[in-house]
Parts: sequence; structure tokens; C-alpha cells
Amino acid sequence: MADYRVKIAGVEFENPIIAASGSYGFGREYGQFYSLDEIGGVSVKGLTLKPREGNDAPRIAETPMGILNSVGLQNPGVDYFLAQELPFLKQFKTKVIANIAGNTIEEYCRMAEKISDSAVDMIEMNISCPNVKEGGVAFGVCPATVEEITRAVRQYAKKPLIVKLSPNVTDITETARAAEAGGADAVSLINTLTGMAIDIHTRRPILHNNIGGLSGPAVKPVAVRMVWQVRQAVNIPIIGMGGISSGEDAVEFLLAGANAVAVGTHHFVDPMAAVRVMEGIKNYMNAYHIERVCDLTGAVQPY
Amino acid sequence: MKTMIGTVAYHREIVPGIFDMGIDCGEAANAAQAGQFVNILCEGGDALLRRPISVCDAEGNLLRIVYEVKGKGTTLLSKYQVGQSVNFLGPLGHGFDTASAGEKPLVIGGGIGTYPLLLLTKKLNNANVFLGFRDKNRLTLLDEFERIANTKAATDDGSFGYHGLVTDLVKTHLEQHGGSMIYACGPKPMLKAVQALAAQYGVPSRLSMEERMGCGIGACLVCACKTKAADGQVHQSHVCCDGPVFDGKTIVFD
Repeated sequence: MADYRVKIAGVEFENPIIAASGSYGFGREYGQFYSLDEIGGVSVKGLTLKPREGNDAPRIAETPMGILNSVGLQNPGVDYFLAQELPFLKQFKTKVIANIAGNTIEEYCRMAEKISDSAVDMIEMNISCPNVKEGGVAFGVCPATVEEITRAVRQYAKKPLIVKLSPNVTDITETARAAEAGGADAVSLINTLTGMAIDIHTRRPILHNNIGGLSGPAVKPVAVRMVWQVRQAVNIPIIGMGGISSGEDAVEFLLAGANAVAVGTHHFVDPMAAVRVMEGIKNYMNAYHIERVCDLTGAVQPY
Repeated sequence: MKTMIGTVAYHREIVPGIFDMGIDCGEAANAAQAGQFVNILCEGGDALLRRPISVCDAEGNLLRIVYEVKGKGTTLLSKYQVGQSVNFLGPLGHGFDTASAGEKPLVIGGGIGTYPLLLLTKKLNNANVFLGFRDKNRLTLLDEFERIANTKAATDDGSFGYHGLVTDLVKTHLEQHGGSMIYACGPKPMLKAVQALAAQYGVPSRLSMEERMGCGIGACLVCACKTKAADGQVHQSHVCCDGPVFDGKTIVFD
């Protein structure tokens, strides 16, 4: 019997598949298609201290093998999540990762404090959202700020802390090192790449926010490259993501150095995406007689 | 819930660029309410997202969709052959509630928004139907509406029926006969005008909204639509799961 479990910052996941924040709500919708016991973890829709309505529509544009989105962190707020959504998720074996986004360092700290008293398994700090005016991406692009905010939140977080890294930087290993230096227990990458699409007939951007975040198969090679670089730069675990739509894609991320992987955009194409990606990993392990999924992590043999 | 696999039973171009497809899908067809939609995977090319397409009719095991070819997804769909598999989710969303139709319901459609109204009109059996088209070359399903309901048509250029906006016909009708409920689907300016007429004549309304969509089931939150709650607060609701049909008085148009 092969072993699919992975351990990230002391938290044991049944398998390395995590639902990426923003693609999966609070698990209820895709929970109608399969039991959430099937996937290692769920990173919930990005939470803010107060409820947020998000941006005006249109919030999505399809681009070649990808999508641009600009939801703008619409969410019911951290208190509502803890009271109304977390109990649903905790019925399952899946590990719950609370993704948090703030306008100020204090907001991140307040949220980390609230979540620390709950049954949430891990906290993921979104310092790289491209779709909100303040905070978000601004925190995530400067190494000094990444270290400062991570160190501050670390003091309030009684749960393992993941820092989600932005790909919209010159050198992602700098922000990864900064997160590690600030006390992050793990990093997740990549968040979306900022992009834009224009309707040439109306001469207006398709997104009401003008710009948005690119995800889907189009970003996968960029994401694999960044995971590989970050693996060589830090010692903490990596959750890899960006365009994963098959078991083969997921294995690429594991080989590049990811300890677990997240599936996002592909849920919209196939509601069974996360389960199918896991099946694909199992098939790969079977074909290559691999006993433990964790043995794949970082096993790429670069030239 | 699960992904459905149906089979193309028939597929024809009814006017240039507008296709009529019957999907044999067993009991999924029976479950369809007027105003719901299916989220179809348009295979055979590089359309990534599913395409939400409204249910036009449902009878026996057959789900009928009528759609206009507009982009990558619908172009791929238009190539589907009889016997080919169709991967879809649904029927999804909240449709038209026919229980509150009352004695004198009005059904108002514009352009591609007329398609989901056929099943609704069948279920109502006492509706007065008003359909607006760009010109006589874009008339679709008109004969089918005429067979089951008192139907009036308008064209923007006057090449068929009333010359002008369909909402002009609606206004005249409301003036003379009143109404118990207004159901509408069509372009936003038309829906906005319908909302105003409904308010003016004190008739409740149900408006079917459209927005660029992702998952189709309420997870990704991209298909936002502004609505006003009872306390006056404006929220971003979502077309796929809160709609596509909303109580007309709650919609906030820009």
C-alpha cells in the first residue's frame, strides 16, 4: 500500500492535494460532487477582517489556456467564516487552511489571533492579491516588507503559518527567503500573475477592474520554475500551484520541490479536478513503483 | 451532483449563426425548470471554461438549447454532430417561479434572451408574450411561441411586427390590461426598462440576468450582480447560484 500522506509544518495531510484559495469557496459547492475526505486540504476563500463585497463585474476573462480574474476578495469576513463555515469543513478529514488578507499589518495580526483560537489547521497569509487597491500585492513584492509582516503575524499565529508568494517580482527567491527569515513555517506559490485583456470592439478592458490575475495552464511553466528556484533557496516546505490540471502536472511540481500541490482554476473545467489529479498521481506512483509520495519532492535531476 | 454526459439528438442552424440543439440526457431533462442553465464543456479546441447556456425547452429525455455563435466556445459547440457526447453541469441556478404568475402574466424577451422563455411560456399557459429582435432575419422560435400563447413581436428596424422597442408594446399592454407578473430575459437596457415599467404599474417582476461566469455553481464568485437587500444595503450577488432569475425590484442597474 503506497503512502500518500505528506507533512507540512507538523500538520499531516492525507494526500498532497489542496484546493487553492479562491477557487473553492468554503468547500460546500465541490463537496456536492465528492466527499472532502478525498483531498488533503482546503485553502478557503481569502478572508478579511470585515466582510467585503469585492469588485464590480465583469470579474473574469478567458485568455489563451488561462483566465484572468478580479473578484477583489469578496468574502463574508473572518468572524462569519469561523462561526458558519468552519464547522462544515471540520466534519471531514481534510485539513483547513484559513487564507487571510489585510489592508494593514495590524489587520493580519488581528485575524491570525482570532483564527488561532479555532479548529483551523493552518493559516495562509495572502500578501500577493493583485485585485485590491490597498494591501494585498503591495505587501508581497518587497522582501523587507515580507519579512516584517511575517514576523509580526508570526507572534499572533498559534497555528503553522504559510506565506503565499507573488510571482510578480524580479526574483521570487528573495521574497521566499524573507518569509523564511520572518518565521514562516511554509510558503505557497504562485499566486496569479497580473494581466489584462481588452475588447477591441468596445476598446474597453474586459475586466471592470481593468487588470486581474492570470491563472490556469498558461502559467504552469512559470510556476514550476519558481517552485524549483524557491526549493533551492529555503528549507521550509512548499505548496506548489499554478495551472495544475492532471496528475502529471502535479508530479512536475512535486519533482520541482513542492511538498504538496494545490488545484485551482481546473475546478471550473472539471468539478472532480482535485480527485482526478490525485488519481493521476497514484497512477504515476504505481507505474514507477514509488512507495511514498513524499519521495517525489525535489527529485528532479537538473542538468 | 455530478457531471452529466448527454448525446446530441439533433443540431441545426435555424437562422445564420443561431443553433438549435437537442441533448438526450435522461432524467436531467425532467428536472429542468424554465430559466435554468447548463454549463457546457465546449470540447475540440482551446476553450478552457465551460459556457453557460440557458435551457430553452425540456421534454421527455430531451434538453433543448438555442444559442448564438459568439466566440470560441460557441463556435466549437456549433461543430457538434448528432450522436456526439455533450459534457455539462446542470440544470443549474434558480429559474422562473411560475407559482406566483397570477392571472395575467407577461413574458418579455429580447434577442438571445427569448430562448429561455419558451419553456416558461409552456408552463404558464396564460401568458401574453412580447418578443424583441434586431430585424426580421433574427426572428427565432416565433412560430413556437405563437402556437402556445398570444405573442407580439417588435423589431428595431421595423422589418417585422412593431417598429421599435419591445418595451413600448409592454407599456401599451400594461396601460390597457394591467398584469399580475412580469417575466423577462434580454439585454440589460431592456431589463432596466422592464424594471421601470414594473415599478410604474405596480406589477412584480422576475428578471433573468447574465454575466461572465466561471464555475457555474457558486464557488468562484466571478458572476457578480448588484442587488439591494430589504434593508437597502447593496450586495454583490451571483448570477449562477443566486440567479440567474432575480426578483426584479432587487436588481441594481448601473
